[in-house]
Amino acid sequence: MSAARYEAVIGLEVHVQLKTRSKMFCGCATSFGAEPNTNVCPVCLGYPGTMPVMNREAIRLTVLSGLMLGCRINPRSKFDRKSYFYPDMPKNYQITQYDQPLCLGGGVEIEGASGLATVPLTRIHLEEDVAKNMHFATCSGVDFNRAGSPLMEIVSEPAMHTPEQAVAYLQGLKQTLMYAGVSDCNLEEGNMRCDVNVSLRPVGATALGTKAELKNLNSFKSVLLALRAEIGRQEQLLREGGRVVQETRRWDVEAGATFLMRTKEDAHDYRYFPEPDLMPVVLSEQQIAEWARGLPETPRQRRARFASEYSLPEYDARVLAADKAVGDYFEAAARGSKAPKIVSNWVMTEMLRRLGETGQEIAAVQITPAALAELVELTEAGAINSNTARELFGELFANGGSPRALVEARGLAQVSDSGALQALVDQAIRENAKSAEDFRGGKAVALKFLTGQVMRLSRGKANPQLAAQLLEERLKK
Amino acid sequence: MLTAHELQDRLVRGDCSSVEIVQELLAAIQEVDGTIRGYLSVDAEAALAQARAADAARATGRGGPLLGIPVAIKDVLNVAGQPCGCASKMLRGYVAPYDATAVAALRAAGAVLLGRTNMDEFAMGSTTENSAFQVTRNPWSLEHVPGGSSGGSAAVVAAGEAVAALGSDTGGSIRQPAGFCGCVGLKPSYGRVSRYGLTAFASSLDQIGPMTRDVRDAARLLGVMAGHDPHDSTSLPAPVEDYEAGLPVSGGLRGMRLGMPREYFGGGLDTEVEAAVSAAVEECRRQGAEVVEISLPHTRYAIATYYIVACAEASANLSRFDGVRYGHRTAVAGDATELYLRSRAEGFGAEVKRRILLGTYVLSSGYHDAYYLRAQKVRTLIRRDFDAAFERCAAIVCPVAPTAAYRLGATGGDPLKMYLGDVFTVTANLAGLCGLALPCGFTAAGLPVGLQFLGPALGEARVLRAGRAYEQATAWHTRRAPHAAGMARTEAGGK
Ligand SMILES: [Zn+2]
Repeated sequence: MSAARYEAVIGLEVHVQLKTRSKMFCGCATSFGAEPNTNVCPVCLGYPGTMPVMNREAIRLTVLSGLMLGCRINPRSKFDRKSYFYPDMPKNYQITQYDQPLCLGGGVEIEGASGLATVPLTRIHLEEDVAKNMHFATCSGVDFNRAGSPLMEIVSEPAMHTPEQAVAYLQGLKQTLMYAGVSDCNLEEGNMRCDVNVSLRPVGATALGTKAELKNLNSFKSVLLALRAEIGRQEQLLREGGRVVQETRRWDVEAGATFLMRTKEDAHDYRYFPEPDLMPVVLSEQQIAEWARGLPETPRQRRARFASEYSLPEYDARVLAADKAVGDYFEAAARGSKAPKIVSNWVMTEMLRRLGETGQEIAAVQITPAALAELVELTEAGAINSNTARELFGELFANGGSPRALVEARGLAQVSDSGALQALVDQAIRENAKSAEDFRGGKAVALKFLTGQVMRLSRGKANPQLAAQLLEERLKK
Repeated sequence: MLTAHELQDRLVRGDCSSVEIVQELLAAIQEVDGTIRGYLSVDAEAALAQARAADAARATGRGGPLLGIPVAIKDVLNVAGQPCGCASKMLRGYVAPYDATAVAALRAAGAVLLGRTNMDEFAMGSTTENSAFQVTRNPWSLEHVPGGSSGGSAAVVAAGEAVAALGSDTGGSIRQPAGFCGCVGLKPSYGRVSRYGLTAFASSLDQIGPMTRDVRDAARLLGVMAGHDPHDSTSLPAPVEDYEAGLPVSGGLRGMRLGMPREYFGGGLDTEVEAAVSAAVEECRRQGAEVVEISLPHTRYAIATYYIVACAEASANLSRFDGVRYGHRTAVAGDATELYLRSRAEGFGAEVKRRILLGTYVLSSGYHDAYYLRAQKVRTLIRRDFDAAFERCAAIVCPVAPTAAYRLGATGGDPLKMYLGDVFTVTANLAGLCGLALPCGFTAAGLPVGLQFLGPALGEARVLRAGRAYEQATAWHTRRAPHAAGMARTEAGGK
């Protein structure tokens, strides 16, 4: 048994499906969920004589991602053929980028225990997706709808050391790609897929240990748990004097452990060579500059902007900017509002809570940003009290509509007319003589109780500040 | 045996109909193809229907250089609704779902697609003996091969079973069979004709081109097929010249400087071929050409370079034939790997397997740099040889092949011997040049000898001018093969 302490070294390869309308090398639609083998043509089925034609939009989206992640854009990149036989590969070679990818370097900002850090990227390249194998009772089939869809591969440096960092990296990457608008980045739906490489080395060592590659990680949680399990496995192996073998392992959620898929001996010789059917991709400085000018805001830029433009605390800005759609929603509601901080409060609390409960996407909620702004306006003007506002939010969240119209239709307007309240104040004092005495005797807390009584009598519509003021005036007489 | 342009003139004058031309060819096929075996399939009904449509179009005032002219298609090109088998068992039963761009261009010009011609399996070979289905014979001597891989196309043109045909040329597969069969074959510059729909052998070398009875027809077919194709990213955007209009009426060689590569006229060149080609060069001089000696110093590496590059690309291109989606699938297979192994073992012939193995080897890790990468470097050197040569001359004149047609079976046991026969043709593919082959004489045994004009990329107009001028000054292209259709009959009526 060795007593050495080990450090994990983690690198990620993330595949992201790009949101183009057509496939990478043919005109077929990229829409998903269609009947098997309906979005196919001779090109993406690998028929004899067909040739690939570059989808420029896929190039643009990859360059956009690279620019958002601070990569250097290769002025000249090329495509290569990667050969291996598998039924999900129509040509039995994949068109990918080997030694001249579109983007080099760059990094993903993550928030760790010791503050913000950047995980460096090795490269980003573009390739075509494969088909989907389907297995039935007596046979197997292949659905080629996905075959040839544009797929962007983002390779990190082996620069992470904990499973939590790996998850933070994925979240940061997803956040930026969502901001770039290049992909839906949904791990569960497979439009973001990740392979993890992990090795161990004694603390203090600089050379990398032998790595294992983990597959079948289709949620952030799987990444976290699989890494924990694999690091544990390797550590135990090393402590017992064993050796880690380079291999690919499959994460099994049920078993909570990784299992051997194949060893290095079974590894393919991909026989890369330049794709002779495609010209190199040459990007002029002007072209890259033009794309850079149209670059969307990065999460970091938005955080800073939210803080200054809407006078939000750092915390609010970070929560709202974490998800692009949430930030977009906030901004749409706050833009015309006199009280952006109140809008922020609503989004951060009620909205996020209800989204969490219902599993809805913010882009699809019934309550429009304009309705939320109106709700805030009504509260701020004292037209409704906060209880009513919360109730209304629930109503609007479920069914939509205009807050002002609802307030009018249901007579929910706060009673701020002192004449109308006076009768209720008198009634409350009359019915609670003991409390009135207590207050007069110096027990300030009794006023709260009496105000509550006024609220009850008004069925919640009374302006509580005004009710308290009137009570006080009356009792001090 | 009339050319396409002669037939077109007759069609325009109303001397004959497209249906009559097709019927005549069907009769010729009936007469000689049992012996020549140049066609793998002929769809007579479809051809007649297209001919009727062409005649009807003409009746409504439509015209065009190929309207109603039958063209035979090499079995490597996709024609919608027709089998496209590449003369391989691997693609038995495969019916093309689309037209190759070049085929679509012929169709749009009103050409009649006559039938599919035999070839070396997947265009791999120089004799057409590698066809999985039949042996095609040379119409000049039935004991000899027609060349390859477009041997079927060359043979049917030479035998009077087609007016013109399409071939494909990866290392000489249009020019060498044209030379062996005494017809005209043009390999366009890389990218001049779209490759979309040409079943790929070696993507950086392949080109589609015409095989015809004279140079003017080659110019005519090229004009119809050339141009940029959005489906082929490697097709060139350069505007298409009017090749036919650019042909000389006379004196096309006057003042043209022709280069004779020293390395092409050394040892290994058959003496009869050398004599015929030398006489042809002399004729060019008489026609006013200036002939200079040039050097292509890297010629001796050309064959090795070609076979490494071509096989490497082929090994990937032919990976798609796996029995999963189309073509031959083995009867029994337990799993995917077995399905691949059995289907491919049963479907591919020996030469195809040899080249896939070679290509896989030169790309595999540990050998990639020594073979594939080095071959790419030599390819650049070969290209530079030609760049330098074309500084000194407008076109290069040389033999098509070191010998006339081989005897049937002569190269069977020795693939290397067959590979060496490609020495004068592979360089044009490696360097992306254009090359024109045309007849320039005969051996004592009566076999045709081919002359080759090579031009720089996009130099088609130039080599066609040179070829047309030579052809006008000589009569080799008007000779009839002894086993051509109608040779047993008298040649009444000029056909
Ligand atoms: Zn497609």
